[in-house]
Amino acid sequence: MNNVKGFPHNQGVHVFPIIEKNDLAAKVYRYIIKAPNIVKKAKAGQFVILRLYEDGERIPITLADWDEARGTITLYVQAVGKTTIMMSMMKAGDSLMDVVGPFGVPSHVEKGKTFVALGGGFGIAAIHPIVRAHRVIGNRTISIIGARSKELLIMENEMRAVSDDVRIATDDGSYGTKGFVTTILKSMLEKNEPIDVVLAIGPVVMMKAVSDLTKPYGVQTLVSLNPIMMDGTGMCGACRVVVGNKMQFACVDGPEFNGHDVDFELLTARQKMYSPQEKISLEIFEKICQTQEQRETAAW
Amino acid sequence: MTDKIDTQRKLTNKERMKISRHAMPEQDPLERAKNFFEVPLGYTPELAIEEAERCIQCKNPKCIEGCPVNVKIPQFIFHVAMGNFELAAQTLKETNALPAVCGRVCPQEEQCEIVCNISAKVEPVAIGRLERFVADWERASRKISIPSLAPPTGRKIAVIGAGPAGLTCAGDLAKLGHTVTIFEALHKPGGVLVYGIPEFRLPKQIVEAEVHYLEKMGVQIQCDFVVGMTRTIDELMNEDGFDAVFIGTGAGLPYFMGIPGENLNGVYSANEFLTRMNLMKGFEFPNHADTPVPMAKHFAVIGGGNTAMDAARTARRLPWAEKVYIVYRRSHIEMPARKEEIHHGEEEGIEFLLLTNPTRFLGDNGWLVAMECQKMELGEPDASGRRKPIPIAGSEFVLSVEAAIVATGNGSNPLINKTTPGLAANKYGNIIADETGKTSREGVWAGGDIVIGAATVIKAMGAGKKAAAAMHEYVMAKK
Ligand SMILES: Cc1cc2nc3c(=O)[nH]c(=O)nc-3n(C[C@H](O)[C@H](O)[C@H](O)COP(=O)(O)OP(=O)(O)OC[C@H]3O[C@@H](n4cnc5c(N)ncnc54)[C@H](O)[C@@H]3O)c2cc1C
Ligand SMILES: Cc1cc2nc3c(=O)[nH]c(=O)nc-3n(C[C@H](O)[C@H](O)[C@H](O)COP(=O)(O)OP(=O)(O)OC[C@H]3O[C@@H](n4cnc5c(N)ncnc54)[C@H](O)[C@@H]3O)c2cc1C
Ligand code: SF4
Ligand code: SF4
Ligand code: FES
Repeated sequence: MNNVKGFPHNQGVHVFPIIEKNDLAAKVYRYIIKAPNIVKKAKAGQFVILRLYEDGERIPITLADWDEARGTITLYVQAVGKTTIMMSMMKAGDSLMDVVGPFGVPSHVEKGKTFVALGGGFGIAAIHPIVRAHRVIGNRTISIIGARSKELLIMENEMRAVSDDVRIATDDGSYGTKGFVTTILKSMLEKNEPIDVVLAIGPVVMMKAVSDLTKPYGVQTLVSLNPIMMDGTGMCGACRVVVGNKMQFACVDGPEFNGHDVDFELLTARQKMYSPQEKISLEIFEKICQTQEQRETAAW
Repeated sequence: MTDKIDTQRKLTNKERMKISRHAMPEQDPLERAKNFFEVPLGYTPELAIEEAERCIQCKNPKCIEGCPVNVKIPQFIFHVAMGNFELAAQTLKETNALPAVCGRVCPQEEQCEIVCNISAKVEPVAIGRLERFVADWERASRKISIPSLAPPTGRKIAVIGAGPAGLTCAGDLAKLGHTVTIFEALHKPGGVLVYGIPEFRLPKQIVEAEVHYLEKMGVQIQCDFVVGMTRTIDELMNEDGFDAVFIGTGAGLPYFMGIPGENLNGVYSANEFLTRMNLMKGFEFPNHADTPVPMAKHFAVIGGGNTAMDAARTARRLPWAEKVYIVYRRSHIEMPARKEEIHHGEEEGIEFLLLTNPTRFLGDNGWLVAMECQKMELGEPDASGRRKPIPIAGSEFVLSVEAAIVATGNGSNPLINKTTPGLAANKYGNIIADETGKTSREGVWAGGDIVIGAATVIKAMGAGKKAAAAMHEYVMAKK
């Protein structure tokens, strides 16, 4: 079982135990992880980089929540490739090898604004602490969240707890408005509802659609970019994006940028940088763990 | 030291100088271009003793001055000649905490060996190779002695960055009895020694052994800790009780060239490529490591320094790499890389396109397919003293490559400067420090690449050492 050989290495000094794990809809999992150093500095809009085991990759994940008293952070991770699928097989009691951060410039939160946040997929988890930060200082907060259908929607209650208003869109119309999150935003803009700042976090197509939509209205629009990253400290340049015709490193200059200035086409292309390799990696992994049972024993 | 030479073989100086300098046995170039094992295999004890016998034990050993940390070269070589390797190791460690590293990566030809007295007549003593031999012998024999530590002083010192500067500083401070914690951003300590310099030039096991040695001396190493993000310098000093801080964060900011097409898929900074390959063990992808590396057939590495050579030789070793080019805008003699590395690269089949400069990257559907280059000629010397490359009009040509690695230099990472008010830096972002490493901030020292810009391992170690001495005085005077 060569591909998972490094797994039991998680015994070093820097071990980050999973305290709780929940299986949500749409291959999204929620993890509560002990990481006391990170909690002390965590701010809305920041992320961590984690590594599961000795031979593993470093992957960036947004801080969805944190608990000072318990010294824990909360992450929502969508299982899309080898590392995140491997992580989805971990259980409470298992440990991550590394969690480092917090990284990125915290979200700018200013009093006296009507704040509209749009989230799709794990992007809902990413907007959660930012919406809360606006709510805490008294801004009016409207969250627009969406999924393909009702059963796949995550975090509805959590978002209700931090928003003045939650609006929901499903592709198939099984819950809330039929359509995309942008469908709701569009009608808000058309109806001239007061909006000072829009934040969109999710797939690149969604962030681009939101930016295109708000541009003619001149509404300030922020997006949180998710290029491939490695170190998170500005050392490797893998995460470079172009914003306002300038090269920026998303890990240290972002991840939030003005959506009207972002070169989304480039971002989409650069996210595919390692697609062929990611495919190979996943195929090998799946071959190794053919049955769920085998997976359990292989991983742990 | 001694004017009387007392080795096992009684030899006159003339006889010593007749012995020719010993090469190190090396892996065959065609063989090694397919693996990541170390290239030079090291001296045998017999070869080492014979090489040591070439040293004439000068009364005025210039070699010591040539070494940035003033290794007691004639003394340690004397012990080697006598076959007393353990004593040789102890002598080395008095001034150099990382001899197994320096023996491998120091540019000895411009430091200790260039000034070796016998080099006026014959080839210099192979000081670096002897240093490497002694350190390897010590590690293999497991006779590593932990130096005696001074009684605890009760002072707490934070070292930021586990590169050569930080490791050396931490080691010296621990010896003096201080409680030392190193904070390292990455998941492994070593700095460039683990993420930049490849396995075939510096096996990671050696760095691990050196780090382990520090840990045995009581140095705490906290990885996954980014100072500036996880904690600021002010918090370390005001809230966490550190009496002094050393900043050894290196030159970790990749420069790009600002030419069209630089963001195409397939264009990498050397830092990204080398970190994927070395720190993340990408050369074992996909079977034994998860971090992907470029699957290209044709690689171009842009630059002429050690980083460029390392990137090119690393790419060469990828089983799917058919051609690897070095593209450098000046000529052979101006290349800043070590001669030995250039030679090794040539032997391994890297093609050198000299007096050549890329002008743009050409893409197809977001992916790099070729690089447009221009031929150059050399004009008058510029500010760096090297002849300035001037483009030759109409000399453009297109080179087909699917991967390009930009190795045109590193700047200083601004993370610490941005989060530490009152810390003075120059216009390049290098922290300003006096010759002991003292910065504009009370209780804060800095050294290595973050102060002098991208330089060498031994210079970074020298800076760590000087700072440790000054920090010791400072914390002891503090109430
Ligand atoms: C700042 C930031 C915050 C993020 N926050 C979250 C989060 O809170 N929850 C979450 O589920 N995901 C988040 N991501 C995305 C997450 O990092 C990737 O899904 C993950 O790295 C995929 O790894 P993998 O090995 O499982 O998949 P892979 O096999 O590597 O890739 C599968 C797919 O994911 C894309 N991908 C690969 N690596 C990355 C990467 N580093 N960033 C973005 N996309 C990538 C690939 O293009 C591919 O389509 C974030 C990314 C960034 C940059
Ligand atoms: C590819 C390559 C090849 C080289 N080859 C040679 C050679 O053959 N011979 C030679 O003498 N020199 C060589 N050099 C140069 C040499 O490696 C450097 O001069 C030397 O490593 C500098 O040491 P340092 O301790 O100052 O910094 P580094 O080795 O860069 O270490 C700095 C450390 O600090 C950490 N860090 C940075 N920021 C933070 C932060 N905010 N918080 C916590 N940690 C942080 C980094 O992760 C890193 O581990 C080479 C350099 C490169 C890149
Ligand atoms: S540390 Fe470097 S410069 Fe000094 S003696 Fe050793 S090889 Fe020479
Ligand atoms: S200068 Fe050369 S010969 Fe003289 S002591 Fe140093 S190494 Fe030996
Ligand atoms: S992730 Fe390496 S520079 Fe941003």
